[in-house]
Amino acid sequence: MLNLIRRYKLLRIAGLLSPGFLWLLLFFNLPLVIVLYISFVERGRAGGIKIPPVFTPNNYLQFFDPLYLGIFWHSVRIALVVTIACVVLGYPLAYYISRRDARRRDALLLLVIIPFWTNFLVRTYALKSALATDGLINSLLVSGRLVQQPLDMLFNEFAVILGLWYGYIPFAILPMYASIEKFDYSLMEAAADLGADMRRAFLRVMLPMTMPGVVAAFVLVFVPVVGAFITPDLLGGGKVEMIGTLINRQFGVARNWPFGSAISFILMLLVLIGVLAYFRSGGEARRAL
Amino acid sequence: MTSLAIELRNVSKRFPNPGGGEVIAVNNVSLQVNDGEFFSLLGPSGCGKTTSLRMIAGFEMPNGGEILIHGKSMGFTPPFKRPVNTVFQNYALFPHMTVGQNVGFGLEMKGAPKTDIKRRVGEALEMVRLSGMESRKPNQLSGGQQQRVSVARALINRPEVLLLDEPLGALDLKLRKEMQLELKTLQREVGITFIYVTHDQEEALTMSDRIAVMNLGNVLQVGTPSDTYEHPEDRFVADFIGESNFLEAVVSRLAPDYVAVELGDGLFFQVTSKLNLSRGQKVTIAIRPEKLNLGPVRGTVSEGAAINQFTGRVDEIVYIGTDTNYTVRMAGGQRVRVREQNYLPTSRLLANVGDEVQVSFSPDAAQALVE
Repeated sequence: MLNLIRRYKLLRIAGLLSPGFLWLLLFFNLPLVIVLYISFVERGRAGGIKIPPVFTPNNYLQFFDPLYLGIFWHSVRIALVVTIACVVLGYPLAYYISRRDARRRDALLLLVIIPFWTNFLVRTYALKSALATDGLINSLLVSGRLVQQPLDMLFNEFAVILGLWYGYIPFAILPMYASIEKFDYSLMEAAADLGADMRRAFLRVMLPMTMPGVVAAFVLVFVPVVGAFITPDLLGGGKVEMIGTLINRQFGVARNWPFGSAISFILMLLVLIGVLAYFRSGGEARRAL
Repeated sequence: MTSLAIELRNVSKRFPNPGGGEVIAVNNVSLQVNDGEFFSLLGPSGCGKTTSLRMIAGFEMPNGGEILIHGKSMGFTPPFKRPVNTVFQNYALFPHMTVGQNVGFGLEMKGAPKTDIKRRVGEALEMVRLSGMESRKPNQLSGGQQQRVSVARALINRPEVLLLDEPLGALDLKLRKEMQLELKTLQREVGITFIYVTHDQEEALTMSDRIAVMNLGNVLQVGTPSDTYEHPEDRFVADFIGESNFLEAVVSRLAPDYVAVELGDGLFFQVTSKLNLSRGQKVTIAIRPEKLNLGPVRGTVSEGAAINQFTGRVDEIVYIGTDTNYTVRMAGGQRVRVREQNYLPTSRLLANVGDEVQVSFSPDAAQALVE
């Protein structure tokens, strides 16, 4: 009898899980296997893959060309700058919000979330027009006689970093807010009482205790930014090459699907290492989300 | 001459009220705490006791007045530069550090050498009977153990004054009683001045050398536990500490060693008072229930033969184990509660409901207070 109930419960759970499971299987796992397959075969002459397929590790080896490694490190560098900027500037903001009274806190959090209601592409285009030579910022600077000539702010690394930072800082603020909001501020008083000035109380007590939120913010920003392709494409004007734009190009103009697939898998490996490090940092980090 | 560990001179603290205006948390308070004393701030929640403590610690700055620690004015000195340490109500142990790191935190901040810290942490934990617990995390300890860690963490710094903010509030009654004695013993051993905030009158009476009773931001009375209990100078003090009967009366005569008051219905009592009273003044007589004696009526009370005697009828009898409480209605309609200890199993049969009884008390058991 008890066994029957247990089996029924299992069946019910399986029933509830199956739609999502099937969906993932069909539209995520299966394509992933296809991409993995493509990454190990030779390319066709007119794009696609050679038929019948010829297996080769060359797509992966090709990536270790200094040209591509350079693009890879460049992406990592940009992603690091963006992530650090998001965390360093997001932390004080998250702290500020968490110390307001409940009503103001909700309003401020809403302001952080509101940009999500507008399409990311639209926001990037808006930023593009704002940064342009005859854009909003330059016309203000020139008419205010702060600069003689319009500043060159678009189609360079600065624009890409600014765009990514602007796009991803909410992903840094929210997990850090969740961590800081739970922080018991009386611990700072305890630290002060025991002779720690503000700086040391922060470094020894508040920062370690809110670290799960910082780690979560780091992962949540770094992972999508390192593989970003829309922002570097639009704001970099083809002059800023990141790993995302490289992959994008392999499936587009370069028509080298196998190489594109191989880079995708290398990027996935990197992300996987990042996520593993994140989960390794403890259950606290997961709860902070 | 005893030196003062802490002195508060006309200290006030106001907080902005969320609904506009201000709340006076501490109103022109002056206090003097002697070196080595166990001094309690006692009062109900919102009486300003915790705010006073937080001002001594430096977490709040007074709006007016001055706080001195061993004669040195604190002004706007931040907490981390004050020679005091605090035991917090919720212990405020650092959850990400071990017990050893928690206790050693103060010394680490002072830049003491590592070997020194290790040795003194060991000593401090031994002092609170937690030897060998260095590597535990706070959440692996019971409430009582966490409490002891927070005491060790504060005392290891050898503060000039230890501030304790309702440190036993979160513990159950039995553990609370144990910790009261333990803290008191510890204080005697280390000889450091303790300032102890509590809303529990019994706790304050048990532990303190002196008590300051506070209400609504004011200090109402400062004195030893027995002084505060036996000779309350304020109706609030008489009511808050222990239990009291309050009888309305008018001063009829002032004698050198007592005050005669009239309750109406021709009832005259002799009571004591530390206040400057005048004839005809309205007063409240405070008498503890256990200081009233109950007995059978012995014939008619001869005029002037016995002072402070009256008759009444028993309205209610409540048996509470160690004692029995009798509610007696006086001739004038005022009610008093009389507590008689149950020396013998038959003691609780002193009277029955509806019986006419005689109640008496000694003049120094009754205090005349003004509102």
